[in-house]
Amino acid sequence: MNIKILYFASLRDTVGRAEESFVLPSGVATVGDLRAFLAERGDKWDALAEGRNVRAARNQRMANPTDPVGPGDEIAFFPPVTGG
Amino acid sequence: MSVSVQQADFDVGAEIAALSQGRPEVGAVASFVGLVRDVSAGAEVAAMTLEHYPGMTERSLEDIVGEARRRWQLDGVRVIHRYGRLEPGDRIVFVGVAGAHRGEAFAACEFVMDYLKTRAPFWKLEETPEGAHWVDARDSDDSAAARWDTESEPRPGD
Repeated sequence: MNIKILYFASLRDTVGRAEESFVLPSGVATVGDLRAFLAERGDKWDALAEGRNVRAARNQRMANPTDPVGPGDEIAFFPPVTGG
Repeated sequence: MSVSVQQADFDVGAEIAALSQGRPEVGAVASFVGLVRDVSAGAEVAAMTLEHYPGMTERSLEDIVGEARRRWQLDGVRVIHRYGRLEPGDRIVFVGVAGAHRGEAFAACEFVMDYLKTRAPFWKLEETPEGAHWVDARDSDDSAAARWDTESEPRPGD
């Protein structure tokens, strides 16, 4: 039940890593669950806490908190985009 | 190839010309070029670095182009977005749309930019005299994209 998690821009700077391989714990079934689980790491991971302006993508498409997470997925967390 | 994500600059004239090349049915080409400004939120900007999410970036731009083609009858769409370090005056983004008439060309060009601003995974890191800082997203970009959700029918190509 391994997934890959990516972090971008200011969020990557805050948590101090660009990516990690992650074993899905039981009970983590959605993108929102995963975000809440990571925020529980505390300290700098508070950047992912509820109410923080964080967006997510699942397998390179914008995702909602209710979207499911499964083995082999690539999940990314990042601040609102500022291109253009 | 309708979408490119690249470090290199692009030739605006050549891109516009290519949109109607060999397509006598095209009656209108609308285009937009975004540039790096030397000031942001009152601070002097010496340069900026555009980060992106390789893979998702191309996919999201292709999705946006696909959505534009679904909403309007278009003959061609071209999107180029640069990444890496850019200085004031440098081109960041090009959107070109070809259609039979100006209505759909103008509308689709604006639509692609509005959606790109809120959906394509790019982030700007600005270099200012006070140091480097990540640019915050603007609420006005969200509202610009959201207005396309409320327009139930595409504007006619008048």
